[in-house]
Amino acid sequence: MINPEQYPILIVIVPFLSAFFLSITGCFKRSLCRPIALLALFGAAAAAVGSLHRVITTGIIHYRLGGWPPPFGIEYVIDHLNGLVLVVITLVALLAAIFSGKSVERELPGKEPLFYALFLLLVVGLLGMTITGDAFNLYVLLEISSLTAYALIAIGQDRAIHASFNYLIIGTIGASFYLLGVGHLYIMTGSLNMADLASILPQLYGSKAILTAFLLILIGVWTKMAFFPLHTWLPNSYTYAPTATSCLVAPLMTKVAVYIMIRMMFSVFTPAYVFHHLAMAPVVIWMAIAAIVGGSLLALSQRDFKKMLTYLIVAEVGYMVGGIWLANRLGITGAILHIVNDAFMTLCLFLAAGTIIHRTGGHHFDNLKGLFHQMPLTMTAFTIGALSMIGVPPTAGFFSKWYLILGSIQAGRYEFVAALLFSSLVNAVLFFRLLEISYFEKPPHQENTAHGPVSMVAEAPLTMLVPLLVSAITLIVLGIYSGELVTKIIQFAVPAGI
Amino acid sequence: MLEFILAKYNYWIYILIMMIGLYAMLAKNNLIKKIIGMGIFQTAIIIFYVSAGAKRGGTIPIIEHAHGAEGNAVDVLHYINPLPHVLMLTAIVVSVGTLGVALALALRIYGRYNSLEEDEILDRIDQDETATETTGALPTTMIQS
Amino acid sequence: MTDTVTSIIPLLAVLVSLAAVVPILLSRKRPNLREGWTFAAGLTKLGLVYAMVGPVLSGKVLTYRLVEVMPGISVAFRVDAMGLLFALVASILWLATTAYAIGYMRGLNEHSQTRFFSFFAVALSATIGVAFAANLFTLYLFYEMLSLATYPLVTHHQDQEARMSGRKYLTYILGTSIGLVLPAMIITYHLTGTLEFSPGGILAGHVSGPLLTMLILMFVLGFAKAAIMPMHGWLPAAMVAPTPVSALLHAVAVVKVGAFSIFRVMTGIFGTGFLLSQHQNQLIIILAAVTVITASLIALTQDGLKRRLAFSTIGQLSYIILGAALLSPKGMLGGLLHIAMHAFGKITLFFCAGAIFVATGKKNISEMAGIGRRMPITMIAFLIGAMSVIGLPPTGGFISKWYLVLGTLEADQPLMLAVLLGSSLLNAAYFMPVFYRAFFCPPEESGFADRFNEAPVWCVAPLVFSSLMSLGLFFYPQPFFNLARLAVQAFTG
Repeated sequence: MINPEQYPILIVIVPFLSAFFLSITGCFKRSLCRPIALLALFGAAAAAVGSLHRVITTGIIHYRLGGWPPPFGIEYVIDHLNGLVLVVITLVALLAAIFSGKSVERELPGKEPLFYALFLLLVVGLLGMTITGDAFNLYVLLEISSLTAYALIAIGQDRAIHASFNYLIIGTIGASFYLLGVGHLYIMTGSLNMADLASILPQLYGSKAILTAFLLILIGVWTKMAFFPLHTWLPNSYTYAPTATSCLVAPLMTKVAVYIMIRMMFSVFTPAYVFHHLAMAPVVIWMAIAAIVGGSLLALSQRDFKKMLTYLIVAEVGYMVGGIWLANRLGITGAILHIVNDAFMTLCLFLAAGTIIHRTGGHHFDNLKGLFHQMPLTMTAFTIGALSMIGVPPTAGFFSKWYLILGSIQAGRYEFVAALLFSSLVNAVLFFRLLEISYFEKPPHQENTAHGPVSMVAEAPLTMLVPLLVSAITLIVLGIYSGELVTKIIQFAVPAGI
Repeated sequence: MLEFILAKYNYWIYILIMMIGLYAMLAKNNLIKKIIGMGIFQTAIIIFYVSAGAKRGGTIPIIEHAHGAEGNAVDVLHYINPLPHVLMLTAIVVSVGTLGVALALALRIYGRYNSLEEDEILDRIDQDETATETTGALPTTMIQS
Repeated sequence: MTDTVTSIIPLLAVLVSLAAVVPILLSRKRPNLREGWTFAAGLTKLGLVYAMVGPVLSGKVLTYRLVEVMPGISVAFRVDAMGLLFALVASILWLATTAYAIGYMRGLNEHSQTRFFSFFAVALSATIGVAFAANLFTLYLFYEMLSLATYPLVTHHQDQEARMSGRKYLTYILGTSIGLVLPAMIITYHLTGTLEFSPGGILAGHVSGPLLTMLILMFVLGFAKAAIMPMHGWLPAAMVAPTPVSALLHAVAVVKVGAFSIFRVMTGIFGTGFLLSQHQNQLIIILAAVTVITASLIALTQDGLKRRLAFSTIGQLSYIILGAALLSPKGMLGGLLHIAMHAFGKITLFFCAGAIFVATGKKNISEMAGIGRRMPITMIAFLIGAMSVIGLPPTGGFISKWYLVLGTLEADQPLMLAVLLGSSLLNAAYFMPVFYRAFFCPPEESGFADRFNEAPVWCVAPLVFSSLMSLGLFFYPQPFFNLARLAVQAFTG
């Protein structure tokens, strides 16, 4: 049995080494790639769950890479917040990997070794960012995940290449801003370890250089999380990416960026500095409102359901950023809960979209016609995901929205309440429009294409259906047990002093 | 004022270079020029870090005559700070990786649209879009697979 | 005085019809077995609900806490007299409607009957969930579940008209519950830190002035299922549904859930004493009174029988709200009794409308002249149902209206007395011609042969049963009356 002490490093190292192993074995036997990836992700997930369990029972874990004490060495820190995020990442990645089998076979024939190696590296990047306690290490991992994401997106449809290029340009600017900010911090403090920085920084809070550093980091992270109006890269790249890629990237990338923002705001800087020293919370909340309203309205104007979902991601980012900047316990609880819920909600919806694309061959609204009849299970799962987005109890989305609204009432930010309710209503319109099409309209007649009649619209294979249904059920379970989640984990993740 | 500018000239230089890079990344129409801008942008940051670690008259952080030489207590003032430089080695690796991916994407874009000018590419994307809409055909990649 | 007992029966009563969905889906190839499951679930549910009547009447309150979802908020059930009254009505009528639905759906050879019966069962679970909800959150949970479960029922025909009606239905119902009830609920929680219904209310002392008025309006208009004007537009639109759906959902379950929720919120969240002391009930009284009169007037102009019934329902629902808003013991007693009495009366009328449609294909009142000679049983049942809705003896409707009238006097609202009596006249004016023309029109105007030709027995038996119930409740209203009296005692202390 593996020593639980070593779980933190295993979370990262298992998928990392598997990625190399996989690309080598892929040269000889392509069919082995997916099992290896699944095994690696399963291992990482087990280690993540184990770590979270240890955090809950015994407290925060500090793991020193190579035994070097901080601030000289790189330190992995797992507390309640990133322990939770790690579990979310590994589970979502595992479900997405199970799902991806048939879709990769169809959309990217012959590229399995490449795909799964990049897939694992992307997950490694995300996990590393989440687990690391070192600001520069975070930059490197941020770029690892971004570079693999560019590549994974670009192997999609034709339009994906250009979208990915745009993403690369904007993403690089974002990462560079982050790096600059860290540079400023380093010049002022001489340290890169987050805990060390946190202990030195309070003496320097008057400094303009520190302010610059904070703003640079914030803008960098906002770019990576597609915070309105820095979201322009997201919709196209997520829409035209291969199905399997978007199922991994859409639920996770923005959520991890939100996590980094929380980490920077509360573990490197302090709530007192962010909320009291800088009087920028009202501005950020208005930006979040713009994100929610803008994302919802842009989603409303789409005729392509995958693209519509990508705009909803933009709106959801507004939820989380706004919730954190409400600067009270309820708002931050809601935002952290929403990281978890939104990851699974987005996963469920993208898996459903992926299944539909797999069966009907496109992601236009017209492809949905008659699907309630032809793919009842898929559409049921899609409906559950939609209800969660709208915020209907007992699905998970309701509960995070509850905390967010309660938090904004407590903070006296009624404009944010209005934005949240507006978004719920728009989501209801958005999703019931889709459900109407798939419920009322007759499926198109069989068409003869180059490949014979496309008449195979029926339920997807089990490898797709099972992860989809699991994610849908997870939404309900998360909703019912959100009380447990908050009292056992999230309430400890909210920084002290709020 | 002038003194203020001169005293931190390295910062002003890096900001200038960075802005040039940023301008190229956002405003240039040609994809290769965008990539060049990206290179300039990243180099600016590298310069920023390196200059922050440099020191006039400082030497490389290796202890000379460590064995047997007397009176050679380590004095930090004489050495430049190696850490920012080492960090930048990593950053260079990252930027090379980004550059590689960017060039690969540019290559594929050229292969698909036969152009590296962004406006022409967007035009062609629009044409493809209307073509699929009028014929009602599925996106090509879907049918290939 | 009341003693609280933990019991799993409320949970089982809620879940039994939900659980029935699985065997219903599995036996989709064998219709008789499938309907057998529905009956089995209905009987079990009725048995479970009935088993609680004794304990509740003896002063016990049954509770069951399922899971705590947020600090101070849990999914929990609490069976008191008021909830039990509603649950009893709903579960009796579910059985009747199931029998009717078999006759109707098979008589018309409707498609997707499995889906129909499955969602029907889900809707019933949601209704009982609302009835037994121990707090506002649980109530909201089941309220939303009901909205969504009834959508496929309302749009059963899946044609363009159903699509438009479904859209209207959801816009009203979901729009108000998300846009008004949800924020009102969160504000309540913010102010008090709890959402549990308590006999004296929880908001007393936490809120006053404009915010209180706003909260009341948000709740009263937000529970749009109660169809108080101007939130009534969905109800006539939802009449595109097959008649069993209209009957159970739009005369009993859905609309009564709305009225019941408002009743619950006024008594359990605001508290009768608090509302009286703040003089905030006048606003609701006016809204309800306007709805009563306007809806009756509109009903006069409708030719579609189901549409006329729909507007009649809108008016009758506001009786219940009015009874609650009077805040006098007799008024509230009348309001609660009206939940039961109107349900039996109105469902009879809907059953009749459906039976006529199954037997003759006619939907409009103008085409029904002389139909009494062909379908005498149906039309006599129609008369009894109409009398009950109008409030004439010897039907159950008389009792509830009697107490409502007493309530207006007790609350010193003579204007409302006039409204009630005027509305009764209007009710008579829009129901009696239907009956009269059915039997007493000149033979040459009759569109039907004199031959006796009723709808299938599965359709007729339920409507006979429910009309007899309406009559019987005049002579023997005890179970409902005692429950209502007990509930009112709990509100007023």
